[in-house]
Amino acid sequence: MSVTSENIISLNHVSKSYSGKKVLDDISFYVRKGEFVTLLGPSGCGKTTTLRLIAGFLSPDEGDILLDGKDISEIPPYRRPFNTVFQRYALFPHLDVYDNIAFGLKLQKLPSEEIDKRVRKVLKMVSMTDYEDRDVESLSGGQQQRVAIARALVNQPKILLLDEPLAALDLKMRKDMQIELKEMHRELGITFIYVTHDQEEALTLSDTIIVMNEGKIQQIGTPTDIYNEPKNSFVADFIGESNILNGKMIEDRKVEFVGHCFDCVDEGFGQNVDVDVVIRPEDIYIMNKLEGAQFSATVKSCTFKGVHYEMFVDTDKGYELMIQDYNAFEPGSTVGLLIRPSDIQVMKKERSCNSFEATVVDSTHVSFLSETFETEEQTRFPAGTKVLARVAFDKVDLTDHQEDGTIDGEVHFLLYKGDHYHLTVLTSEGEHIWVDTNDIWDKGDLVGVNIAKEDIHLCELQQ
Amino acid sequence: MNKRSSWALPYFIFLLLFVALPLILVMVYAFQDGSGHFTLSNITKFFSDSDALGTFALSLEVAVENTLICILLGYPAAWVLANKEYNRSAVTIVLFILPMWINALMRTLATTELFNMLGVTLGKGTLLYGMVYDYLPFMIYPIYNVLNKMDKSYAEAAQDLGATPWKVFWKVVLPLSMPGVASGVLMVFMPTVSTFAISEFLTNNKIKLFGTIIQENINSSMWNYGAALSLMMLIIIGITTMFQGKDKEVEGGMV
Repeated sequence: MSVTSENIISLNHVSKSYSGKKVLDDISFYVRKGEFVTLLGPSGCGKTTTLRLIAGFLSPDEGDILLDGKDISEIPPYRRPFNTVFQRYALFPHLDVYDNIAFGLKLQKLPSEEIDKRVRKVLKMVSMTDYEDRDVESLSGGQQQRVAIARALVNQPKILLLDEPLAALDLKMRKDMQIELKEMHRELGITFIYVTHDQEEALTLSDTIIVMNEGKIQQIGTPTDIYNEPKNSFVADFIGESNILNGKMIEDRKVEFVGHCFDCVDEGFGQNVDVDVVIRPEDIYIMNKLEGAQFSATVKSCTFKGVHYEMFVDTDKGYELMIQDYNAFEPGSTVGLLIRPSDIQVMKKERSCNSFEATVVDSTHVSFLSETFETEEQTRFPAGTKVLARVAFDKVDLTDHQEDGTIDGEVHFLLYKGDHYHLTVLTSEGEHIWVDTNDIWDKGDLVGVNIAKEDIHLCELQQ
Repeated sequence: MNKRSSWALPYFIFLLLFVALPLILVMVYAFQDGSGHFTLSNITKFFSDSDALGTFALSLEVAVENTLICILLGYPAAWVLANKEYNRSAVTIVLFILPMWINALMRTLATTELFNMLGVTLGKGTLLYGMVYDYLPFMIYPIYNVLNKMDKSYAEAAQDLGATPWKVFWKVVLPLSMPGVASGVLMVFMPTVSTFAISEFLTNNKIKLFGTIIQENINSSMWNYGAALSLMMLIIIGITTMFQGKDKEVEGGMV
């Protein structure tokens, strides 16, 4: 059975918080019958929470979950027609392989011949015939995985939920199991909802990928859509390798980045608008001669990666780019580069500077992010006025020691943009500050944040 | 002997002096008469002494009853303590363990006085009450330990496969917590077989347990017969331990 147009399950505006922290923020998506859908994102993005909501181990704070159009929020997990393959398998250690698989069928009080028939059939499907009397703890990781899949599938669920099922296997085994899972999905026609943080796995297996980050859906699309047309810099960075650069849309079909102007295929951004540009490293043409090239660069490093070489180059205007090519280019040599219009992916910038809701304290102070900052003297806004405090990305100063900063925070996400880093700093209050810097920070670094008084610009709060 | 294993030497000597030697002495005394000649008469005396046999049987009966009551009361208590929904603080567990920090003799004496004050006739009922009171924490703790450490994905997997909360308990949680129960049984059953103070105080010496008889014999310098009786008890304890030993993994953990 192939994917149909009929929705089997849909989540509408679902939110969930744990002890005050929002882990899912207004999630909506639907899954069609027979579809292989993957929830993809880094750890803590809310993908497992979403799966547990569907399985029924959690209930949503807001929003509803519909199965065949009917709300199932109140139905306990043991009455939902779904089965789960757990991350650590959760095979019952006191039962052998046969009894583990028969567990669900025995609860349904099926006749024993029927149970026997179905267990044997599913054992054959996962190539585990002859293992029925084995103690589950004597099995290898891959075998336990197969038993876990068999235990779920034998109940003929409407939806099979898989929570990072291959995460504990080694690379070779993971690749084999991916192929087998895909086969099973095709043969059985059951809807699969799959959770993983492995983008390659998601691209290989899925009909549809839902990319999540920080409790929000970033993009929903087919693997090719997600790879070729990432909606924002998070998706571009998370899926595959990419060069993410600041750019400016000069006019329709003309974009400027790395100090040069390029033809592209994007329209409708307006004129002279700041944008993010994504170039996949395999989409940059690299050659020894300069004629026919759009710009030149010097090769900095060249590493053999099996199928291709991975090179870092410094462009003539001082930007660093990653390039993948089948040919190696000598470090130190000058090369010509060319990017085709259709390989330039232009994305709207999510924001162009930090803006915080602030309250004026007096003529030289303003408070935001639960702290008071000094500003240049102003008389426009009287004390107590609610205003917007704007701070440019590159005017935020980070220090090594949290105690040296007005606010303390943690480097949460970082993006290399060719000539500088774009960091997301999460303050201890859970607010975001975006920073452009040339200094090298690592994810998880604890930092102090300072903002000079001349860099805080106050403006009216727009309603 | 390499350098590291020589560290074990003091412990080994201690073991020899205070564990092995007394056990050997019990064996030797059990097969000797008063003048130091080998005899089996102590053993045959036990098997022909209906009083001693009766006490032996009663001791086992009381120990079994005590253990069963401890399981029936202790399991639900351990389950509630291990359940995050009902118990969010570790303090509650300490409160359950707290009575164990007070000398058992003092607790027993206090219980006796309490019964006297309330005018309850001392007998088997009060004896069992005292034993359960004394040994319940030893049952709760190992079960709590196993339940607390149990991966909750097992229960979730069972629910996911269609088990109601009640079935989850019977089919998964209970079987998986058996090592804890076994540990608890061992820790309750063995000391109750040999106890004598509780029966002495809480029944006003009306009911004699096996431990009491051993104590009486040794107190009246009947070393050889006392040793023979101790040997019988050791055999019983040995058999119980063997049951436990068959369990392939003991996660129970002592206090």
